Amino acid sequence: MHADNPAQSRKAAALAAFEGLATEPGVAKPDPILVVDKVVRRFGGLTAVDVGHVEIQRGSITALIGPNGAGKTTFFNQLTGFDTADAGEWTFNGQKMNGVPAYKVARHGMVRTFQLTKALSKLTVIENMRLGAQKQRGENFFAGLIPGLWRGEEAAITQRAEDLLTRFKLIAKKDDFAGSLSGGQRKLLEMARALMVQPELVMLDEPMAGVNPALTQSLLGHVKNLREEGMTVLFVEHDMDMVRDISDWVIVMAQGAVIAEGPPHSIMSDARVIDAYLGAHHDAPLSAEEEQQQLEEAEAELAAEADADGDSTKEAGNERV
Amino acid sequence: MDWILIFSRAVEAGIGSEAVIYCLAAIGLNVQFGYTGLLNFGQAAFVAVGAYSIATTVATFGLPLFLGVGIGLVLAVLLALLLGIPTLRLRADYLAIVTIAAAEIVRLVVRAVALKDTFGGTDGLQEFAGTFYGLNPYPEGNYVIPPFIGFDHRTMWILTVGWILVIAVSLLLFLVMRSPWGRVLKAIREDEDAVRSLGKNVFSYKMQSLVIGGVIGSLAGFIFALSRSSAQADLYSTDFTFFAYTVLILGGAARILGPIVGAAIFWFLMIFVKTGLEEAINKNVINFLNVNQVGAIQYMIIGLGLILLLIYRPQGIFGDKREIALDAR
Amino acid sequence: MRRAVIAFTAFLGGLIFLLASGSATAWAEGESVKGTLKSQGQPVNGVKISVADESDKPVGDATSNAQGTWEVSVPSAGTYKVTLDQSTLPAGLALRFKDRATLTVQVFEGNARNVLFALDAAGGQQQGNTPDGDPAPTENETYWARVAQLAFEGLSLGLVIALGAVGLSLIFGTTGLTNFAHGELLAIGAFIAFFLNSVVGLHLLIAAPLAVVLSAAFGYGQDRFFWGQLRKRKTGLISMMIISIGVALFLRYLLLFIFGGASEAYRQYGAQEGIQIGPISATPKSLIIMGIEILVLIAVGVALLFTRLGKATRAVADNPALAASSGINVDRVIRIVWTAGAGIAGLAGIFLGLSQTINYQMGLQVLLLMFAGVTLGGLGTAFGALVGSLVVGLFIQVSTLWIPPEIKNVGALAVLIIVLLFRPQGILGRRERIG
Repeated sequence: MHADNPAQSRKAAALAAFEGLATEPGVAKPDPILVVDKVVRRFGGLTAVDVGHVEIQRGSITALIGPNGAGKTTFFNQLTGFDTADAGEWTFNGQKMNGVPAYKVARHGMVRTFQLTKALSKLTVIENMRLGAQKQRGENFFAGLIPGLWRGEEAAITQRAEDLLTRFKLIAKKDDFAGSLSGGQRKLLEMARALMVQPELVMLDEPMAGVNPALTQSLLGHVKNLREEGMTVLFVEHDMDMVRDISDWVIVMAQGAVIAEGPPHSIMSDARVIDAYLGAHHDAPLSAEEEQQQLEEAEAELAAEADADGDSTKEAGNERV
Repeated sequence: MDWILIFSRAVEAGIGSEAVIYCLAAIGLNVQFGYTGLLNFGQAAFVAVGAYSIATTVATFGLPLFLGVGIGLVLAVLLALLLGIPTLRLRADYLAIVTIAAAEIVRLVVRAVALKDTFGGTDGLQEFAGTFYGLNPYPEGNYVIPPFIGFDHRTMWILTVGWILVIAVSLLLFLVMRSPWGRVLKAIREDEDAVRSLGKNVFSYKMQSLVIGGVIGSLAGFIFALSRSSAQADLYSTDFTFFAYTVLILGGAARILGPIVGAAIFWFLMIFVKTGLEEAINKNVINFLNVNQVGAIQYMIIGLGLILLLIYRPQGIFGDKREIALDAR
Repeated sequence: MRRAVIAFTAFLGGLIFLLASGSATAWAEGESVKGTLKSQGQPVNGVKISVADESDKPVGDATSNAQGTWEVSVPSAGTYKVTLDQSTLPAGLALRFKDRATLTVQVFEGNARNVLFALDAAGGQQQGNTPDGDPAPTENETYWARVAQLAFEGLSLGLVIALGAVGLSLIFGTTGLTNFAHGELLAIGAFIAFFLNSVVGLHLLIAAPLAVVLSAAFGYGQDRFFWGQLRKRKTGLISMMIISIGVALFLRYLLLFIFGGASEAYRQYGAQEGIQIGPISATPKSLIIMGIEILVLIAVGVALLFTRLGKATRAVADNPALAASSGINVDRVIRIVWTAGAGIAGLAGIFLGLSQTINYQMGLQVLLLMFAGVTLGGLGTAFGALVGSLVVGLFIQVSTLWIPPEIKNVGALAVLIIVLLFRPQGILGRRERIG
């Protein structure tokens, strides 16, 4: 098919960029869109995040994985201005973003979704979408009083929203309250709404959590599409199948720090990653066979985590201690 | 039992100056609470600011009434900024506690003996409404509205101005709540973080909502002071705010007509119960109560009504249950 | 109709609480001058007040009663001279401003005009100092004596607030409910004790513990049959907050309905002679009350820190879902918190009634101070509520050194707003608790 060729080339380009990179934490990328330095966040005595250096490659799909309580969501919150870091700085497209409030981060083109979906359930689906459009004239109080000033713009926004809804197969629901959607549909809506902002970097916090398996493939397709449209994707995920399937690069966090990076097919055999998932007291494997067995155990644990529905609350609980 | 008296009093109250005052105060709360989800428990402070601005300007400093109106509007904006800056970044209940405290501060300051020369202490200020009633187009006399209600010319004038204000403010809100601006407000009511993640300055919108609701509250203050030609500190107590909330929830929050219907029904019922009970006691239909207890019963009914409304019909008369902010957070 | 509206408004005005003066106004027909004589929160009785008109023609006189109140009817609106007979003041008390024994006041039509005479402990009476011409160092000493006295009174007020606020804070912590009806729990405790004391005729030492038990039972019932049911219905927190306003209105005016609007006092332990401890003059009952308050607060603290139930309570406050999944019966913990919180609030109400007066608005009057204490200390932390309440109490009393006592609460509430500006989590709160 025609569409496959550019798609293949985007993926190929992304993979090519990662070719031959060391699998050390904080390794430099050829063309980073986001560069993070020494970000620290403490809750009382507990250090939730302590990331030395991380770069996110432009035009790629990067996965952020790690065991529960590794500080992935907290790290996400820091980067997007939803939580204040105790120390550290980061740049997006070369612009300093530390200390920038969340709404300005979004305006710069760095848009996130949430682990627990934040579809605005008492607004209709189309209103949810329209809200995402930037620089609306009618969002000024005085201009809002005069419909003539914003009607034209609103029509254009609605057109764009409907196009996106069609793509995400939500167009039939456009006048329903978002609260009436299923969990997976809400995830789709949240992603579509984020696209209304026209971001350069899309940050997805567990896009697969709580999604009906029937919708998984469609969601995966949409995430891949983002890259094909030239966007960069950074996502947190537990589902290792999804990570392997769609990511070009994987960053592993444990106990607040980045402990390893690497391509998805080899990262799970990294000793540091296995340590992180099994616990540090685990001894170095003696034979290839034992190593294989432990890898399977680790993967089983990962899969179990992905299944556990309540893990989001547990993680929030841990981080609040 | 004089049922005509009871009904005429109740209907008069339902469209009278009390209804106008509570309606405006509740419209202000509707912007803040109904549409944005902000818990302003200090609406009485904004009303007091409006009332005392015109009273002080005219009665204490001898300046024109309309300057007082201007000052009242400016002070309402400043008060909203003052309250909003420390609290709008915090969780909803902080705004509630700070605004309720601010309302008490305003009330205690204007009734203070130390500032009696300016604000008149507990007696308040009188004799500032001359200009307003000088503009009265209604010739002196009583105006009977069939079948059985009537107002004097002064009341007619204040009601005309009051209800025009209510209609004008409601029309403006009708327009702006259908605009993208209103959409941002409703979205904030649902989930501020989602709105932030879409590049909207949530703090700014909440502040705008607080300011607009406060300014509408000060309009209620103007009518309050003018309708009785007096400004008295103790009328602007916390209970005023709570009653305004009752009015809003009764009519239906996040509905343009909610506060209007709410105020009319609230005051109709209040006076119906009061006059009805007083009549019953005076005519010895009820003999286990005395007239002094009627007030207590009225307020108990308000309290009970608020509880039952929120449990069984939180959307009020007009609201859409799917679109009500009450179960948030 | 206008008259009806005016009458109704006047009625409304009469019902509205008088936070600053601390006493409810009885509805009076016609014009009068009236007032309440108090020293350190204690009513002063037996003081003669005489009223004369502008041409010094006597109009009438009155003697303050056991509640310290007095009232003289005057024939019409106008200007009157009100004189306090200083020779009738009890030993150890004097006017704060000796030259202001006669005050000239304006009485408006239909107005019961309040007249305030500020009373103080007469400074240095042991040494036989003359009232005027104090040498400078003595003035300095009296200043510090006043600071000490006010700090003591502040501590006393702060402890009562703390007693009420602990329950408020624990209920907030475990259920998320900002309970606007918590003040009424104090008022109900005070009125139950008043009922048992004055109507049934029990001695206050028997009536008070009974009232605490009944208050606790009321708290249990409230949670069992009302708040617990609402939680089961998954009523939203904001909804519950507004419901609590309805509950507060209902209970407050139920008290007015049953007991009327007058200020009441217990039969025992009314006015007491103060005893001198260093620079501080205190009544024996206030010392005993403070002792009990401190014991109760320590007991609550120890229970929270060291008992199973206390630990469970803190766990629920920290994270209800986690607590439930680790086997804690959240509903049972909440019910116990409600029961204990209401009992302690009832006790606080009785103490408040003992040191001031009992009236149906006392709950609302103290509610804002409890909120200030709880917020100042950090929402949802019981120990924060304790510290915050003490700060509020101290600040209110000590601030009267610089600001008129009638607006002393303004200072405390303003401090609350300023603290939130710089430290939104409160004094002991943690940053994560906000937002």
